[in-house]
Amino acid sequence: MALAGLFLVVFLLVHLGINLLLLANDDGRAFSAAASFMGTNPVIRGMEVVLFGGFLLHMLFGLLVSIRNRASRPVRYQHRNLSETSPLSRYMLHSGIIVTIFLALHFIDFYFIKIGLVAPPAGVERHDFYHRTLVLFADKGYSAAYMVGFLFLGFHLNHALQAAFQTMGFNHTKYTGAVKAASTIYSVVVAGGFMIIPLWVMFSR
Amino acid sequence: MNFTLKIWRQKNGADKGGLVTYEVKGISPDSSFFEMLDMLNQQLISQGVDPVAFDHDCREGICGTCSLYINGRPHGPLKGVTTCQLHMRSFQDGENIFIEPWRCGAFPVLKDLIVDRSAFDKIIQSGGYVTVNSGGIPDANAIPVPKHDSDASFDAAACIGCGACVASCPNASAMLFVSAKVSHFALLPQGRVEGERRVQNMVATMDSLGFGNCSNTYACEAECPKEISVANIARMNREFLAAKVFAEKEKTISFSM
Repeated sequence: MALAGLFLVVFLLVHLGINLLLLANDDGRAFSAAASFMGTNPVIRGMEVVLFGGFLLHMLFGLLVSIRNRASRPVRYQHRNLSETSPLSRYMLHSGIIVTIFLALHFIDFYFIKIGLVAPPAGVERHDFYHRTLVLFADKGYSAAYMVGFLFLGFHLNHALQAAFQTMGFNHTKYTGAVKAASTIYSVVVAGGFMIIPLWVMFSR
Repeated sequence: MNFTLKIWRQKNGADKGGLVTYEVKGISPDSSFFEMLDMLNQQLISQGVDPVAFDHDCREGICGTCSLYINGRPHGPLKGVTTCQLHMRSFQDGENIFIEPWRCGAFPVLKDLIVDRSAFDKIIQSGGYVTVNSGGIPDANAIPVPKHDSDASFDAAACIGCGACVASCPNASAMLFVSAKVSHFALLPQGRVEGERRVQNMVATMDSLGFGNCSNTYACEAECPKEISVANIARMNREFLAAKVFAEKEKTISFSM
């Protein structure tokens, strides 16, 4: 789960980098070029299979581990646990499920249109992600749901990165502080970076 | 001081059990938590009621026998102490105090607040030792050990095996306990000899007994009366991964008659 998670951490950075091209004031040329490169390059096409595998493994292991963890305490406490822990760390399954729901919507909105499973909205060609994005973000309700999705992804990532290092056995008197700081910075950059886009569309158009 | 106690009562492992409310009055703020429970038990005995069963032994915080999940925290509200070192001055006068047994499938309740922690003994039996020959006492300085390693090993060896880590973990995971025992040996040259086999066997036993997995909430470290660090869990994970990937197949000798 930790290994697959670390792979997804890298994927998110690539995805964010491409999405931020939407902010370039060039009528979507840079973004569309990047999207078409990702859609046609054979190495990237191969990586897409690995990526789907990474998502499935991460979700499957997460679910199996959570089921086992709940089964290991058949009789629960009467009093709520008051141990001092980071609240985000206790709700990884919950934030993960919210992100999965978001991911499903994201698939319906983009991937299924691209592969032709779902018809694109009127006036948008099915490979034209740039105009598809603008149409979606013009809807304030959709933008709000999108940002809530990323808020929970941010919560998930904040704990995830440093936890993955710990699980892989990396805990060092010198570097663990830096890993924890990097984990927080990464989660803010990724969640914030994705959230800027609907805000930008909302206020600049 | 007066307190309202809500204590888990359960006749035996088969009984369903439930919380029972008791009132205790005139408790000194300087009495220990167990002295307060002793006073409750005296009260119950004089009323002809079965006294509350709870584990305790040394009452000086070193044996790991005492337990109790008090107001949602193993060993109560103080950091770095066992229940026997907890005093009533740590509570407000008139406070409701919930007292429950450790909860984990691998720690079945025997009676009231006493659970069977022999699952920990099984983990130790599967590798928590070094195999040494009997004989003369070896020279203390024959094998040099770096100071940092001996300190870190000693910090891990401070684990008293009370099970507070399991009790506080949202997943009832025993990773802090097992990793403390693995680290205690892994950091010393005498323990390295059986290092690969030890970590694999102890983790396998831990898993087979039905403890949960670590999800890095670090509740264990926050509640450990000996303040064992979660850095030990990372060390165990490292040892485990390395052993799984790099350990050579063990030679098996077959006899033919």
